[in-house]
Amino acid sequence: MKISGGKAVLEAVKREGIGHMFGFPGGAVLPFYDEIAAETGLVHILTRHEQGAGHAAEGYARASGKTGVCVSTSGPGGTNLTTPVADAFLDSIPILAITGQVVTDLIGNDAFQEADLFGIMMPITKHNFKVLDANELPHILKMAFKLTHTGRPGPVHIDLPKDVQSAIIDFNYPDDIVIPGYQPNLRGHPNQIKRAAEMLVNAERPLLLGGGGLISSSAHQEFTALAEMLACPAVTTLMAKGAMDENHPLHLGQPGMHGRQVANYAIQNADLILAVGCRFDDRITGKVQTFAPHAKIIHIDIDTAELGKNVAATLPIVGDARLVLQDLLAMLKKLNAKAADTEWKKRVHAIKEACNCNYAYEETPIRPERILYELGLCAPKNSIFVTEVGQHQMFAMHFIKVDGPRKYISSGGLGTMGFGLPAAIGAKAARPDATVIDISGDGSLLMVNQEMATAVESNLPVVITVFNNSWLGMVRQWQKMFFGKRYSGTHLGQSPDFVKLAEAYGGEGVRIEKPGEIKEGFERAFKANHLFLLEIDIDPEWDCLPMVPPGGSNSGMIPSKACTNVVKKMHEYKY
Amino acid sequence: MATERNGKEANQIGHKLYIISMLVEDRFGVLQRIAGVFSRRGFNMDTITVGKTHTPGVSRMTITTTGNEKIVEQMVKQLSKLVETLKVSVVNETESVVREIALVKVHSPDFVSRSEILNYAGIFRAKIVNVGKSSMIIEITGDYEKIDAFLDLIKPFGIKELVRTGLTAMMRE
Repeated sequence: MKISGGKAVLEAVKREGIGHMFGFPGGAVLPFYDEIAAETGLVHILTRHEQGAGHAAEGYARASGKTGVCVSTSGPGGTNLTTPVADAFLDSIPILAITGQVVTDLIGNDAFQEADLFGIMMPITKHNFKVLDANELPHILKMAFKLTHTGRPGPVHIDLPKDVQSAIIDFNYPDDIVIPGYQPNLRGHPNQIKRAAEMLVNAERPLLLGGGGLISSSAHQEFTALAEMLACPAVTTLMAKGAMDENHPLHLGQPGMHGRQVANYAIQNADLILAVGCRFDDRITGKVQTFAPHAKIIHIDIDTAELGKNVAATLPIVGDARLVLQDLLAMLKKLNAKAADTEWKKRVHAIKEACNCNYAYEETPIRPERILYELGLCAPKNSIFVTEVGQHQMFAMHFIKVDGPRKYISSGGLGTMGFGLPAAIGAKAARPDATVIDISGDGSLLMVNQEMATAVESNLPVVITVFNNSWLGMVRQWQKMFFGKRYSGTHLGQSPDFVKLAEAYGGEGVRIEKPGEIKEGFERAFKANHLFLLEIDIDPEWDCLPMVPPGGSNSGMIPSKACTNVVKKMHEYKY
Repeated sequence: MATERNGKEANQIGHKLYIISMLVEDRFGVLQRIAGVFSRRGFNMDTITVGKTHTPGVSRMTITTTGNEKIVEQMVKQLSKLVETLKVSVVNETESVVREIALVKVHSPDFVSRSEILNYAGIFRAKIVNVGKSSMIIEITGDYEKIDAFLDLIKPFGIKELVRTGLTAMMRE
């Protein structure tokens, strides 16, 4: 098949089973966009900023498990894509970023809209390519897609000069290719798995800790099965929220800086932690020297470089989370592992009970917990929650319960404000059947509010919930707690009228000032089949608690007022 | 496994010299990727050599760096993770041949200095590759300790210029 380089990209995207791409055109991608105009098998969604295209591709990938594709032009288009690419890198999200580049003859001459995107993207991608010979495209495209979603997933970037896009090539797309320097080890070593099983059977106070790898490898069932087989409590990180049904009696919520007291209690008192697909981020460990002081750690990860990077593992196992857990389950069955009703499980259960505070606050101004309480009651079963970054994100992590994977989408590693709305749009494109709710703060939303135009124009109705306190709340909270209440650069003051803003973009909005109005607002939003925004005025003085102070130990969470009972119980049940 | 380099480069306590040997694909950008693994963490490469191997498309890179065992272990893992690296190992010096070439231009204006330098060169099996009116260029091959020792000896004559290739290494059978 003789086609242009640009068409070759489209063919590859389709053959990988991907139905959407997100982009923003410009001079150096004109030949490619010319092919898009003639394309019928693929939907191109025009965002209003390249950053939006990148996050939308991430949202698409996070909601569907498929590789998300985003496109920009050279120079500023590509530099605008760097934030979502870095975001996908830290969260191991499979996206393919395609940037236009000036014609090969001009590369290196400081041509109009030229930037060394190959060099710029290099440290924030799993791998990247600069295509100088169009004939290499089929091979490079296959390699790029394979790299995005196999092994430890991640972003891949292709820099595509304008003349390469228009060059006519013989297109033979390989079914699979061998990449000599890239052979992920999928199966865990049998001896290591046997040792892990024995350690689990012999542990007195075991705990499962699941990370984003559970979602990438679809290991949620195996993870739950393991917890059930051993009647072992389990915590999941922000990246793994939903990898175990959060209503499950053995699930303790998220650990770490803004996690649940019971989750941190379990970590700090366990004598064995089986960690799967997590990288012991500093937001999870707190002060690493005080992390899980009694525990031996079994660390399962597909990326060898994660083993021993942040926390020393007693038993490292390299492999795919799902396959290793399957083998581990089989081994435990062989060893006749049984759920034992021990003191540890009783204590954890008692603390979990004490940790279930009443957060249906009646106060005005509204406290964020109340919004999440109402959302928990009335969000449809097929909802996908997407968040921006800040207090609202941590409140949502803490108080929303999701029952399955890919239902809670958040920028975990990079903590990118402005992630939520475009990611929600991407998620909606991937899952049109789902109700997609962007949980946002006023600060984050203003970074990307132009994407409301995308949602309306591309008919991807999402619900935006703005937690509006006129402040950059999380930064303010740190200034309040750790910088003597010197509020430097955090007061947003007169924000736009978000309701009118939604209307200006062609959506609908409602302002909510009292707790009693929240339910009705959400009900209207879920019925509306268009962009719907709820602007909810919240109390700026209400801090996101409990919290592990920066550099502090997980054992020393600053409690919220609602934590009184659980703190007492934890003290009583300390090991 | 690692040798303390006269204590000079071991500027941080417990830091030693490590030799990392890699097989990499011979493509543009590979060096930048590898350099990125070092610079991102603020580590310096003391020396680096790159050359083709007997396999077409595959190059050998030998890098020396100073660090401790934990740092180097993490570096090796990060380097192995790069798609274009085929093999990464830390060179065990006792089981390998390690060599470096140095060219040194020494001040030697008179017969006495020339004959004395020639004498040292003979002991170290170094070669005189150029003789000028007031200086000569000596080529010396060896591990870095031998080269350091030779340089220490001829330093009093006045070193006008020094070029070292950096280490390269090969495992013994």
